[in-house]
Amino acid sequence: MAFDAQRTVTRSSETGSASPQPPKEYRHKKRFNARTAWTLAGFMAPAAIFVAIFTYYPMISGSQMAFRNWNLNDLSDTSWIGWGNFVTLFENPEFGTIVRNTVVWVVGSLVPQVVIGFALALFLKRKFRFRSGYQALIFFPWAVSGFLIGMLFRWMFNAEFGVVNDLLMKAGFIDTPIPWLAEPGFAMTAIIIANIWYGVTFFAIMILAALQSVSDEMYEAAAIDGAGKVRTLFSITLPAIAVTLGLTILLRIIWIFNFPDVIWAMTGGGPADQTHIITTYMIKITQEGDYGQASALGLIVVFTLMLFAVFYLMAMRPRKAKR
Amino acid sequence: MIDKQSIFGRVSKITFLSICLIVTIFPLYWIVITSLKAPGAIYELPLKYWPSEISFDNYIGLFTKSDFGRYMVNSLIVATVASTVATLISLLSAYVLARFQFAGRGAVMAAFLLTQMIPGFIALGPLYMMMSNFDLVDSKTGLILVYIAICIPFCTIMLRGFFENVPDALEEAAMIDGCSRLSALFRVLVPVMMPGIAASFIFNFVNCWNELFLSVTLMNSDENKTIPTALAGFISSFNIDWGSMSAAAVLTVVPTLAIFAFASKFIVQGLTAGAVKG
Repeated sequence: MAFDAQRTVTRSSETGSASPQPPKEYRHKKRFNARTAWTLAGFMAPAAIFVAIFTYYPMISGSQMAFRNWNLNDLSDTSWIGWGNFVTLFENPEFGTIVRNTVVWVVGSLVPQVVIGFALALFLKRKFRFRSGYQALIFFPWAVSGFLIGMLFRWMFNAEFGVVNDLLMKAGFIDTPIPWLAEPGFAMTAIIIANIWYGVTFFAIMILAALQSVSDEMYEAAAIDGAGKVRTLFSITLPAIAVTLGLTILLRIIWIFNFPDVIWAMTGGGPADQTHIITTYMIKITQEGDYGQASALGLIVVFTLMLFAVFYLMAMRPRKAKR
Repeated sequence: MIDKQSIFGRVSKITFLSICLIVTIFPLYWIVITSLKAPGAIYELPLKYWPSEISFDNYIGLFTKSDFGRYMVNSLIVATVASTVATLISLLSAYVLARFQFAGRGAVMAAFLLTQMIPGFIALGPLYMMMSNFDLVDSKTGLILVYIAICIPFCTIMLRGFFENVPDALEEAAMIDGCSRLSALFRVLVPVMMPGIAASFIFNFVNCWNELFLSVTLMNSDENKTIPTALAGFISSFNIDWGSMSAAAVLTVVPTLAIFAFASKFIVQGLTAGAVKG
């Protein structure tokens, strides 16, 4: 068995879903004297220093570049230009495409991931003979880096020697090979398929963990009351895991938004910059040396995600209070 | 559950699970098959789903024509050192965050969580400039330092969850017996938490092994390149040599696959704990 269900039960009590048992954790926090304080500060210091220097310092020092003319190719003039970099970005005719692609990328990847992942979790909930072996096998995408997944699918979607076209033609769906990565519409489809493939297991595992925290008595009660399978799903299962599911989806949206690896490897944003999402585009302009614009885009990403997270959590709250 | 599964239910379950399995495994199968075809046979139509003769030329070429052996060693060094140090550092910070109440505790947690929302490559430019000021560009030490910093936040959050499942009476007893806090931590708590620590270490290792954008930005000499940098170099030229690429992909995936197969139980535990917690 790959899960410790007890653990998830105690976790989810925190996030608000029903939990019959009292938490088993030892989570009362202690106070302490001055001598201990120095020891604890010493324990905390290495982690804090590393994160401050290598994560926060570049991020904060970089954000001022967003308001300067800062191009590695010409550092003679790094004057302050106010919102200039943002204006350049918004006036870029590609910017609309990039934003639209980002939305398509996130929604197009997320929805199938959740639906297939949910179905997979429901099927895996009941024990069967090879279940743990099966779980270990479908775990495989997680061991592969985003870049390599991109390369794997780039090869499979190859127009001439790709296995996808070959299979589709053998099955009789198409007569001539599809130029998958050479046409923007097909290329978007291909990168999203790759991303769905990558993310389904994640959802299956998270949802399965949540499902196993729902007590059997609830299902037995529903069965005695004569609830059918569909009714049970919507009246018992979904409400019980709603909070966990909601948080998992939020984290996943942010994560997919920030996941340029697959696209970078499969299309590099091409053909003709038509498959860029915001983060791949940011990497592109960073590599071209325009740190000013890249930082401006970085700030846009951070603020968009923060706003989104706040609204999302606010929208989730009433559901939590109802139960 | 009371009801018995109907025949229809069972058939649909088996069908669904089989399709999922085939779709998940097929890309791996295909890259392995590609890597085992003779270099010319990769571009032969009709496609063969089983090579007419198995050839290791792609693998041999990888080690003779490029420095892939060195890249693998570099990756191994960087990932091992970075994930070991990061796990040790996170063990200390996770302990403090799990056990004690102090001013700024919430701020530290928020600062760590925020790094999970904001990707490492968002400040790629400023990071590069900082590293070049320290003379740490194209240096394994530099990459290791950056990787440690990337691993720490999630590793801390994950380990904190494991600490909270261990009663604090354990280390208190050890301290009454005369252990210092540090030795109580390492002599008493660490052995109990070994599965969780192993999961965190493996998670760090795989992340470092797979990381792409920072290594591509910071490393450029052939002597210091790690695997992802080298692979990215394969596509910068117009034509991709799919024979070498597939062989390299297989060699890159095999170690992480082996680790995951060995430890998937712990990793799932740690991940679900960390993420459900948010």
